[in-house]
Amino acid sequence: MHWIDYYRPSTLEACLEAFAKHGASARALAGGTDLLVQMRAGRLANNVVVDVKAVPELNEIRYEPGIGLTLGAAVPCYRIYGDPTVQREYPALIDSVSMIGGTQIQGRASVGGNLCNASPSADAVPPLIALGATCRVASVAGEREIPVEDFCTAPGTNALGEREVLVSLNLPAPSPDSGACYLRFIPRNEMDIAVAGAGVSVRLANGCFDSGRVALAAVAATPLLVPEAGAALGGQPGGRAAIAAAAAAAKAAARPISDMRGTAEYRGNLCEVLTRRALEKAVERAGGTLG
Amino acid sequence: MQSIHVRTTINGQAAEFLCEPRQSLLEVLRDVLRLTGTKEGCNDGNCGACTVEMDGRIVPACLVLGAEAEGADILTIEGIAEGSALHELQNAFLEGAALQCGVCTPGFIVASKSLLESNPDPSEEEIRFWLANNLCRCTGYDKIVRSVQAAAGKMQQETTS
Repeated sequence: MHWIDYYRPSTLEACLEAFAKHGASARALAGGTDLLVQMRAGRLANNVVVDVKAVPELNEIRYEPGIGLTLGAAVPCYRIYGDPTVQREYPALIDSVSMIGGTQIQGRASVGGNLCNASPSADAVPPLIALGATCRVASVAGEREIPVEDFCTAPGTNALGEREVLVSLNLPAPSPDSGACYLRFIPRNEMDIAVAGAGVSVRLANGCFDSGRVALAAVAATPLLVPEAGAALGGQPGGRAAIAAAAAAAKAAARPISDMRGTAEYRGNLCEVLTRRALEKAVERAGGTLG
Repeated sequence: MQSIHVRTTINGQAAEFLCEPRQSLLEVLRDVLRLTGTKEGCNDGNCGACTVEMDGRIVPACLVLGAEAEGADILTIEGIAEGSALHELQNAFLEGAALQCGVCTPGFIVASKSLLESNPDPSEEEIRFWLANNLCRCTGYDKIVRSVQAAAGKMQQETTS
């Protein structure tokens, strides 16, 4: 690896100042599972690494009933799936963080890093989109909020400006009659990259779907929100017919490529199957029945 | 372009070293501290050969910078045995022929020890999922899984007797 300088700021202010000073030549280090690999491969030209794991705002898991979850961008997967509140309130997030890499990777890799890496197949991203999460982004000039579905802009690129840092993800508190799920398909049991994935959330009311959100992995240049699938659920009776319509909408919205992991046609079919199964699970988690 | 002075704890003993900011914890362990029990396999987080425990959690040492070890508590394969008394996992791997070339073995032992501490009686499936990040190209995993089960059994006997 080329020479780098290493900083470990212990306050958000010092962290933002480091990015203000070094701009595009600095990269944030959380778990390093993408960053260090890419730097070693010569794919990144940065010469400063800012280790963000001592910044409190990037390392907190904080749940406030009625408001929601603040998930620090650098919190590693194992802390998320080991958190009883997240287990109870956000099982779809648990679905994804417990399938990213293996045990060792989960000891390092963070949801914020998974999002910033902006891989189309990132497993943590569809459930965040389905759950309506937003990104808290900060720089010395101030802060802004970005919906997760607008954060990835192309494979490997995101909406962060040169001096900006992803501080945390904010997930709204789930209503009692809601449920969510993330499913992915890989040809083995673990340690693989999604051929396709579906993250969904639903809200039930009086035996109907009040609303729904569906997001897909690995079938477009970025993780993909499918508003048509959500619209196919909203106001419909909470049974298999609406789920089938949403699944068909997911398949229709997918714009997959063919590569070594699967053909475009195969990925399209997977979107339909995964969306249907994820919605069935989400309904079950919401306490509903499929009729 | 300055080296970094790092103070850390390795296998229960205070340690300090100088490293370049770009050096991984794996490079520091092997090349600076000469703790060569931790092996380099893929150097990109896939194979688990360099597994160490850092603050109670197993991580790939190739994906940790040496500078990140500041203030941390690190356990390597050298810290598993107590003096000349091998850990039950090490005995079980020897008795169960769970190693051939041995390059993956330190990673498997460190990862398995971490598993048994949180889950003293894991099922075969739990063992296989926990060790999914550790690759072995010689034995085909069955002997490794059976040896972890054997060690778990022995360790449970010891705690109940």
